Amino acid sequence: MSTRPILIRGGRLVDPATGTDSLRDLLLRDGVVAAVETPGQFARVANTTVVDATGLVVAPGLVDIHVHLREPGQGYKETIATGTAAAAAGGFTSVCCMPNTIPVNDTPEITRWMLAPERKAIVSVFPIGAATVGSMGEELTDYNALRDAGAVGVSDDGKPILGDEIMRQTLIAAAKANLPVIQHAEDTRLTGGCSMNAGPVAFRLGLRGMTIEAEARIVERDIQLMREIVASDQHLRPHLHVAHISTARALEAVKQARKEGLHVTCEVAPHHFTLTDEAVGDYDTHHKMAPPLRDEANRDAMIAGLLDGSIDAIATDHAPHAAHEKHVEFERAANGITGLETALGLTLRLLHRKHGMELSRIIHLLALGPAQVLNLHGRGALATGAAADAVLFDPRMDWIFQAKESRSKSKNTPFDGWSLPGRVAMTIRGGQIVYRR
Amino acid sequence: MAGKKIASRVSRHAAASQPSTPVSQSTYPAGSLLSVTHLSLEEIGGILAAASELEAAAPRDRATLLEGRKAALLFYESSTRTRTSFELAAKSLGVVTTLVSDKSSSIEKGESLKDTGITLRALGAECIILRHLSSGSPYLLARETGLPVLNAGDGMHEHPSQALLDLRTMLARLRLAPVSRNATAISKATLRGVTVVITGDILHSRVARSNALLLPRLGARVILCGPHELLPDEAETLGPGVSIERDFDKALARADVAMMLRIQTERLAGLKLNLQQYTEQYQLHAERLALYAPHAVVLHPGPMNRGLEITSEVADGPQSMIEEQVRHGVAIRMALLVRALQPGTQEARA
Repeated sequence: MSTRPILIRGGRLVDPATGTDSLRDLLLRDGVVAAVETPGQFARVANTTVVDATGLVVAPGLVDIHVHLREPGQGYKETIATGTAAAAAGGFTSVCCMPNTIPVNDTPEITRWMLAPERKAIVSVFPIGAATVGSMGEELTDYNALRDAGAVGVSDDGKPILGDEIMRQTLIAAAKANLPVIQHAEDTRLTGGCSMNAGPVAFRLGLRGMTIEAEARIVERDIQLMREIVASDQHLRPHLHVAHISTARALEAVKQARKEGLHVTCEVAPHHFTLTDEAVGDYDTHHKMAPPLRDEANRDAMIAGLLDGSIDAIATDHAPHAAHEKHVEFERAANGITGLETALGLTLRLLHRKHGMELSRIIHLLALGPAQVLNLHGRGALATGAAADAVLFDPRMDWIFQAKESRSKSKNTPFDGWSLPGRVAMTIRGGQIVYRR
Repeated sequence: MAGKKIASRVSRHAAASQPSTPVSQSTYPAGSLLSVTHLSLEEIGGILAAASELEAAAPRDRATLLEGRKAALLFYESSTRTRTSFELAAKSLGVVTTLVSDKSSSIEKGESLKDTGITLRALGAECIILRHLSSGSPYLLARETGLPVLNAGDGMHEHPSQALLDLRTMLARLRLAPVSRNATAISKATLRGVTVVITGDILHSRVARSNALLLPRLGARVILCGPHELLPDEAETLGPGVSIERDFDKALARADVAMMLRIQTERLAGLKLNLQQYTEQYQLHAERLALYAPHAVVLHPGPMNRGLEITSEVADGPQSMIEEQVRHGVAIRMALLVRALQPGTQEARA
């Protein structure tokens, strides 16, 4: 059964893919953008849902290439249904979920399970397959089989691929399967027992700190492996994507690699360009994540990287945890925070309002950029023929984010009570309204 | 009658030991002591005065002050002096204490700190004295139980009652301010001109942090001394008045107080240390003391590793105030218990 077409009228279309930033009407039909016209051009279309977008920005549905949906295995934290509901409320229409589920998503069967209609996802889910069996860093999974089942990349997120030889094999096999390798860059041999960023704040709080070194070293090592691979076989073009980059030094390594022509991309999480390690305050576990909140210089380097284009995408690292996993001693608390419902607001707050970034760049970083990183064709754009995925929001309207009203099953967010711009008015995915305020 | 008089005087000091504007500690139950940074100078003065008042009181009068009140000692780490000191302080005030340790309790079965605290509260505890291996755990316990929590040492973070007893020891010995029964006026000039050298394993030391955060506010200069592995450069950022001198002899030459710290082998986490070299560079022995600091007061929070950071000759020598520290500890902890349990507030609390 096909749904009624939707006509979005009177909105300001911001579509970086076509360079559009002007008033446009959009017709969504059969799951795709059927037409984009100047206002008033559409004749009255019978049997169509008309959405009045006057005063709103109409943008391609946002794309989050780094989320944890916790299914299978940890449905008490989040399910694919609740996680995608939170995504829709945050304006996201596509999410890429990490494989650190229980069991780990290291087979086509689990990938297909995640994609089954029984999961009741209300936005598009793109699983990321485990790079190694059980994410144990020893034996590669079957990349072609994972890709054919729907995986859009491989990663051992949370359990970085440390061994040089296995990482080399990963990059080569992924290049052959035309999949990016997503690395959580943390040398866990250097971060044992560490629960925040190394530096004066950690020293004062008596907490062991994760160093800049622990992140940068892995990024530099991975890039060196890329160089060696490309030098030894000119037909191979591996793609390394650095997840949640948080240090200036790692970002420098990424920039250098690009200058050399290597295919290296990176993402940054909203909390890493919004907060610093000072926010840990009195051991607030809602400010505990990996990588940790860094100092001001590194936070500012993330903002600079977003402004100058050296960072490809904003991704949330949405990491839901139950209250009992956070209401414990800081060092014992689970890493991570939720992020799907605050990402747009934080990005507008920091980059648009504070640093004057244009809306089209904001949308690029939250939609087109991430879609390009993981080759999600037809996503992150609103040109004719693209997926009928859209978000409608008012960038001038401020609202108070309330954790208790979150659609996510978990409430572990440091942004409870924050005033954020750009409340989402409506989210449309595949031509269907999946969120409406 | 005498008991009543003491009660009123102590409670006056104890009142002074409460924050006048409850800003810093506003999210934590009144009477808690989680960090020395939460105390105003006025509160510190109140605590010191109450300690003197209580110490001078007749044991019989003291014993009725907090009669029947209940405090739980929750100890996740072994301790001799802090635990016994808190326990004796509590008992001498008539407080009923119960000791819960990580061994032989449900903690062994995996009960969380939050649930342990809530259970103690349900059993009638009105105050919890917590020693824990995880930095910041007293904040969690205070937030989750709503009870006043006295931090008896949390991981590598702080040991505020130790810093207060060290302060009292210094004041008594240096005769800078009378540790009298009259309210001790504490100001930012109280320790002006006094240099305190803290030497050893600063990185893992909660005693060092509490002292380095407390003493400069009273005008002292704190010099931290030790090798890079045990004293990272960022230690200097603890605050104004804190500096690093890696040459022990040079540091000692400036010391009015030499506080020695133990190497915390249980917290080294794989760090390799050449103990022989360490001893050569940082051990406080008689010759070194005589040469560089013949008049300095020698302190050590204990437990000591005799022959490592300090020799017996120095520890037991005339400049040592190590035993005095322990004595001051009981007085300070009595004052902290009165502050936490404010005599006569039982009903108000209930």
